[in-house]
Amino acid sequence: MLLELKHISQEFGGLRALDEVNLAVNEGQIYGLIGPNGAGKTTLFNIITGIYQPAEGEVYFQGRKINGNPPHLVARMGIGRTFQNIRLFAKLSVLDNVRVGSHAVTHGGLFGSILGLPAVRREEKQTLQRAQALLEMVALQEKRQEYAENLSYGEQRRLEIARALALQPALLLLDEPAAGMNATEKQELMSLIHHIQKEMNLTILLVEHDMNLVMNICERIAVLDYGRKIADGSPEQVKNDERVIQSYLGAPA
Amino acid sequence: MFLEQLLNGITLGSTYALIALGYTMVYGIIQLINFAHGEIYMIGAFVGLFLVAVGANIFLALLGAMLFCMLLGMIIERVAYRPLRGKSTRLSALISAIGVSIFLSTLMALLAQTNTRSYPEVISNRTFHLGSLELSVLQISILAVAAILMIGLHLMIQHTRLGKAMRASSQDLDASYLMGINVNRIISATFAIGSALAAAGGVMVGVYYHAVWPYMGMMAGLKAFAAAILGGIGSIPGAMVGGITLGVLEIMGVAYISPSYKDAIAFGILIIVLLIRPQGLFGRKIVKKV
Amino acid sequence: MDAFLMQYIDPYFLRILVLIGINIILALGLNITTGVTGQLSMGHAGFMSLGAYTSAILSLQFSAPFWAALLCGALVAAFFGFLIGIPTLRLEGDYLAMVTIGFAEIVRVFFLNFEPGGKAVGLSGIPQNTTFGIVLLLVIIVIFFNARLLKSRLGRSMYAIRENEIAAEACGVNITRIKVLAFTIGASLGGLGGALYAHYMFFIRPQDFAFMQSIELLNMVILGGMGSIPGTILGAVILTIAPELLRIVAEYRLLFYGALLVLLMIFRPNGLLGDVRIYDLRKRWINKEVNV
Repeated sequence: MLLELKHISQEFGGLRALDEVNLAVNEGQIYGLIGPNGAGKTTLFNIITGIYQPAEGEVYFQGRKINGNPPHLVARMGIGRTFQNIRLFAKLSVLDNVRVGSHAVTHGGLFGSILGLPAVRREEKQTLQRAQALLEMVALQEKRQEYAENLSYGEQRRLEIARALALQPALLLLDEPAAGMNATEKQELMSLIHHIQKEMNLTILLVEHDMNLVMNICERIAVLDYGRKIADGSPEQVKNDERVIQSYLGAPA
Repeated sequence: MFLEQLLNGITLGSTYALIALGYTMVYGIIQLINFAHGEIYMIGAFVGLFLVAVGANIFLALLGAMLFCMLLGMIIERVAYRPLRGKSTRLSALISAIGVSIFLSTLMALLAQTNTRSYPEVISNRTFHLGSLELSVLQISILAVAAILMIGLHLMIQHTRLGKAMRASSQDLDASYLMGINVNRIISATFAIGSALAAAGGVMVGVYYHAVWPYMGMMAGLKAFAAAILGGIGSIPGAMVGGITLGVLEIMGVAYISPSYKDAIAFGILIIVLLIRPQGLFGRKIVKKV
Repeated sequence: MDAFLMQYIDPYFLRILVLIGINIILALGLNITTGVTGQLSMGHAGFMSLGAYTSAILSLQFSAPFWAALLCGALVAAFFGFLIGIPTLRLEGDYLAMVTIGFAEIVRVFFLNFEPGGKAVGLSGIPQNTTFGIVLLLVIIVIFFNARLLKSRLGRSMYAIRENEIAAEACGVNITRIKVLAFTIGASLGGLGGALYAHYMFFIRPQDFAFMQSIELLNMVILGGMGSIPGTILGAVILTIAPELLRIVAEYRLLFYGALLVLLMIFRPNGLLGDVRIYDLRKRWINKEVNV
């Protein structure tokens, strides 16, 4: 088990955003997390990556308890993520955006950089090569010198994915990666996700609203509603689950 | 002796409070530190001085200064801040405000020369005794005017439509806009009111301390900002409490510790507050949404 | 060396060049803190002051060698930069700006009351060890270090913090540590510049390092375009020369200056060079397109 959430609960003001959420994600899985808006999905991501500390419960990654760690350490442990509202480095080039992603797995510091030590130089070269390879994979190599803010919406989403991959993560959290994409782009995204999962031996936890995409890609799906997990199973099981249908369509009058 | 110093502090603090109100109201709505606000206070002092010099009585001069600065504040907002709203970073707006501040203080220095001027004695300097306490008519007048203005502001904010619109705008500008509030007008009104109060503060300081000079706005502005932070930026009662508290602490510091570090007291408080409790006494803690 | 140069160059111009050089060093320091890492520092003059006074006192009271005075000036300033860096962790833009202003004011008031610093009168008789040659050398070294830094992993992480802190953290950037580092580096260059200044101007007073000075330095960084080394240098050059050129209208200079700031923010908020990068220049040149 790569990622395990036990009894995760969170409160904001008086609102119980998450209530006793348990989750178990195995290595190599593509795991979906769905639910109506406000169900707590992004909050769950934020807890996993260390932005928030859970009011109750623990997060286990690769067998170790990781809640309580700040986000940058969680990133270095091998958890990469994208954001629901795209968070790129707007005034940096596409290439630099991806290179920052490598920060988690490199070490060059102040003195090494200024003195131009050979170890640091080698590392920089590797960072560059890796970034270019990732950009190639998401088809953004051509635009590598563009400012990130000048990319189209779909391109920005792909860039965020490339940046997250630069961390060489074991677990990748994708927060609504298909939001705002048209049908073609979604197809490309699906094949991209399959591709990176296979090539890089990734485990992927995916929040999405597009049911078609979720049902197609995910091996397992967990459903949140009002902060509680109401279903957890294969796409078939979830699709036919009473509670899930009710939460999306509303309880019968 | 202590009570007298306390009273001195409260008097000084009321002037800080009047300036701080302008800062806090503007920041509450558009998240801008109006660096030029200190200069408006300074110009208020000069306008009042001018009016007194041409024969107006002190209350007329006070009113005149407030009206003039009300207009000035609205013009500044229109010319230097509104064009930047929405499309620039906070830093740009801040730099623009600094530009206005430099412009105004230099302008005044050129017009009025840099020597310190003083108000003639417009309110009698008579003192009387209340028990063991020695009060002056001057102090009482200043405290009375400040109290009237602050109470008036409170009533306006709580009980008028304009006040309600201002409160709504400071909570959520976009939502207010969508609800049909003419946000531009509200912002103008906020600047107008804040500037009027600062002008009143300027006149009062001029009368009380007999010192008016073109660069008085800079220091007073920074201190009043510290007061606004102390009270909780964005909170009107906070500005009032913060201003008075700062005034008292400053006078006490001068009386009981050392006069030479007078100016540093405000900044020391500013830094301590920002370190320990950035939302100040009355401010709300802001949770960042990721 | 200066005596040699003065046979060929008007001493007045030489003086301007030295001041430009000192301002470049000061501004490049502030550029690291504010332009690159996005931590608004409006109290840079405070670091300059610390460097100036520290080095001056060492030279005057302890007859320290020049390089030692310079080094200590930079170190003392760096130490305070480190101290200021720590509270910044929790403060954002405006609040941070106010703390830095407060810091510089406290430094100024401190030196106003500091006996060994001459209080309001200041220090005089500082050995004028700063020569054009030394400034030129240091400017080159500082530019070189800056260039290396900004192209490195560390530099990228600093830019990332400016652009989007949360995303930077998600990439493994320890924003706490790097913000403090940015302040420390910026402060050390501020102190170095201050020390050079003190040993050029012969005498210093607390009001040489007042709020306006911090604003002028900030404007050098902004004018040229935040985060850009050539931009900052351009800003330093322009804003050092301008007061000299406008000496005739010295009284009105600040009037123009204030108005200029407002106009600049309205019409060109990214500074003169901020939006233009090498890539853009090449694109314009080759394709003769005009990008808005």
